[in-house]
Amino acid sequence: MNSAIRRLAVAAIILLLALMANSTYLQAFRSNEINGRNDNNRVRDSQFSVNRGPILIGSTPVAQSKEVDDRFKYQRTYASGQVYAPVTGFYSYLFGRGGLELTMNSELNGSDPSMAFRRIIDVISNRPQQGGSLTLTLNAAAQQAAYKGLGSKTGAVVAIEPKTGRILAMASRPSYDPNQLASHDNESVAAAWKSLNADKDKPLSNRAVQELYPPGSTFKLVTMAAALSSGKYTPETQVASPAELPLPQTTVPLVNEDGKNCGGSNNATLTVALRYSCNTAFGTVGMALGPDALREQAAKFGFGARPLAELPSVATSRFPGDPNEPQTAQSAIGQFDVQATPLQMAMVAAGIANKGEVMKPYLVQNVKTPDLKTVSETKPESLHQAVTPEVASQLTAMMVDVVANGTGKPGAIGGVQVAGKTGTAQTAKDRPPFAWFTAFAPADDPQVAVAVLIEKADVARDDVAGGRLAAPIAKQVMEAVLGR
Amino acid sequence: MSIASTSVIQIIPRTRRGVELLLLVIAIAVSVGAYVNIGITVQDKVPASTGYYAAGIGLLALIAHLALRYRAPYADPVLLPCAVLLNGLGVAMIHRIDLGLAIVAEARGRVPKAAAAPQQITWTAVGIVLFLVVILVIRDHRRLQAFTYTAGLAGLVLLVLPLIPGLGVNLNGARIWIRLAGMSFQPGEFAKICLVVFFAGYLVVKRDVLTLAGHRFLGLDLPRARDLGPIGIAWVVSLGVLVFESDLGSSLLFFGLFLFLLYVSTERAGWLIIGGLLFAGGAFFAYTTFGHVHRRVTDWLDPWAIDGGQVKLGLMGQAWGGILGRGLGQGHPEATLYAQSDMIISSFAEELGLTGLIAILLVYMLIIERGLRTALGCRDIFGKLIATGLAMSFALQVFVIVGGVTGLIPLTGLATPFMALGGTSLVANWAIIALLLRISDQARRPQTPAAPVSDDTIAMAVQKQ
Repeated sequence: MNSAIRRLAVAAIILLLALMANSTYLQAFRSNEINGRNDNNRVRDSQFSVNRGPILIGSTPVAQSKEVDDRFKYQRTYASGQVYAPVTGFYSYLFGRGGLELTMNSELNGSDPSMAFRRIIDVISNRPQQGGSLTLTLNAAAQQAAYKGLGSKTGAVVAIEPKTGRILAMASRPSYDPNQLASHDNESVAAAWKSLNADKDKPLSNRAVQELYPPGSTFKLVTMAAALSSGKYTPETQVASPAELPLPQTTVPLVNEDGKNCGGSNNATLTVALRYSCNTAFGTVGMALGPDALREQAAKFGFGARPLAELPSVATSRFPGDPNEPQTAQSAIGQFDVQATPLQMAMVAAGIANKGEVMKPYLVQNVKTPDLKTVSETKPESLHQAVTPEVASQLTAMMVDVVANGTGKPGAIGGVQVAGKTGTAQTAKDRPPFAWFTAFAPADDPQVAVAVLIEKADVARDDVAGGRLAAPIAKQVMEAVLGR
Repeated sequence: MSIASTSVIQIIPRTRRGVELLLLVIAIAVSVGAYVNIGITVQDKVPASTGYYAAGIGLLALIAHLALRYRAPYADPVLLPCAVLLNGLGVAMIHRIDLGLAIVAEARGRVPKAAAAPQQITWTAVGIVLFLVVILVIRDHRRLQAFTYTAGLAGLVLLVLPLIPGLGVNLNGARIWIRLAGMSFQPGEFAKICLVVFFAGYLVVKRDVLTLAGHRFLGLDLPRARDLGPIGIAWVVSLGVLVFESDLGSSLLFFGLFLFLLYVSTERAGWLIIGGLLFAGGAFFAYTTFGHVHRRVTDWLDPWAIDGGQVKLGLMGQAWGGILGRGLGQGHPEATLYAQSDMIISSFAEELGLTGLIAILLVYMLIIERGLRTALGCRDIFGKLIATGLAMSFALQVFVIVGGVTGLIPLTGLATPFMALGGTSLVANWAIIALLLRISDQARRPQTPAAPVSDDTIAMAVQKQ
């Protein structure tokens, strides 16, 4: 009998060892996978109770967690929430996260592998998990100027430091208040979420990077860059610039905005063509260069690639795949199927400003642990040499001329040379065109490049023009950066 | 007979009650420590009920200890501390989930349910009373053999009770509860003990015929067809429990216990094979025929498919616990359905982590192995079989419920011994521990009255099987 009992004893041990082995597999090896599940309320609850790190501009928090006396222990609050919402995003129990709150979640809640050492110390010393902080590249004055400048208009502003790619301002209107979504009162959060999503002006969308628009005449900078880089053109090269340019394969001609020829000439130089933003001249150049040359040039400025991995749902700007001749002419002036984000157009200006070198844009300067040890520091990184320094300086001179003598006059700043380009993009017949302005300053030592897009403004349709609507906002943002 | 069965078992006739007392102090310290820890983490203060809890657990353990000193001085010194530790930790965790549920209820503006922990302490007291009754009244377990068929009948009646209309209640899909005078009981928990006594008494008488008659087939000693009767009856009864009460766990437990005892008494592996085949057949039949069994299996195969499923929530809790656990009071065990009863192991795994879970499983292993050790040392066949049956009932229950909670096997509703919320189970388990201690006292007691023992003169009782 005893041998049978001994065998049962061994069998019982085997049963329990099987339980231990299975639990080890579950808790030691599969736990990350299960913790990462979307339907894991437990993890969501716990993370919601973590002392999440702040998002800082300089040393001023624009998002931070404050201790409160409810079941989540900490309340996320956003100072000037509407101003910074496109960047910070929101942190909601019911509806998840957006913006940097989403993409930098593991750093902000302290669960990132880069903070593992600190977390082990926390566990040993029985301190609650604490998140790291993000310091942004944003310039508070520029951000405020951009937000105020947009006012009640629908649109977006992006400002970049050309030498580094640091994003100095990123504003989008209409905006929303992330505090509403971070509330611990689920009913009010649900109501706010519902009305924000029902709003046809899409306040939750970050227009600076998530929406694509026809760039209109601001794209002429790309066309011009391609022309000058081809070696076939100089700023003084004369091109056909009639009031109406007949296009092959179609009966609809390309016309200039004012219905006249280019600055009184049917054969304007490129400088003059840019000064008055003549569609017919750029249509001529575009067709001569061909779509491939335009697309390659656009790609060098960042089209076709997803910029700014730090934010979620960033749109990829594009140049159309296989346009025919008239479509190429349209594309050369930023119409047809050319699509760009305000960020992309700011990158074009910044690339020209930085002697032709486009820097990778970034928003997070560094990540630090709660005890202020730097976990990571973003280093400027080059994306492409879009044009040679010579071409860049030719383009700069032409853009300075646009602001000094041409359509960009409203963007001028007293005592500072500003280089800029206006744009007025046609969309559907029944809606007003988009107003664009992209610029950088000072022209000889660029500190800031900016792109402004106005999607909708309460002005008469004929008054919509990049120069009049968008340039003053760009001017204010540049002044803020330059400290004027 | 085989070599193993002729080996010599040495029994050192020292009472070891001092060791037991020391282990008890540790078990109580750990339990009270857990209770205080929970209070500090969840409520930022030492709970006001700490005194009540500590005195309750401590006093009950002390009374049990004194009863053993008085009536069973040679009883195994490890079993009682293990049971006290599991019981104490169980109450602490139930209290912790009470607090968690209250916080959730408050957040949702609802009135929290009555705390379950005081209830469990009360049941612990009832359990210890039954423990005392067993230790004090049953002076010799062999006298239970006279009640073989009475126990068998009682076991069957207890099993059938929940099926009586007006008495039995359907709870969470299983009909294993009866409601009497406003209180709920799970008679199956006591049926378990009665049936072990019955199986043991029956097999003592029938083992010879079951062992000797038979024929060899493929190297196995198979029983005669007409001797298959008992196993057939056990199979049918366990299927009946499964069919009429939807109680997968108990059905498995009864059948498993009978099979193990049959194997031990006859030492013929053939019974295990036949039993295994019958079990497989029954399981397949149940899987294809009964919706609730089918559901358990599909939930086991893909726990993630069902939204808010019990297994899924439990697995999330365990994963959240990881290796070291969230810390007592710092997880969200209340987020799991039945966190205090069926899923209490998942609650421990969440807050104490893999480390704590393995520690708890090792305590169960100690109980099981000390129980089987008692069976080895016991001098009479009846006692051997009862001790084996009771020890293996822990093994089966722990494997079935922990395996279900951790996703190793389909989940069936068995109580986690000593830990899960539930009075009947707790009380029955205390009776089982008392029986094991009673048998171990018999097994370890010197056959001649022991001379005073000193360290260098160790008397030995030698026993041959």
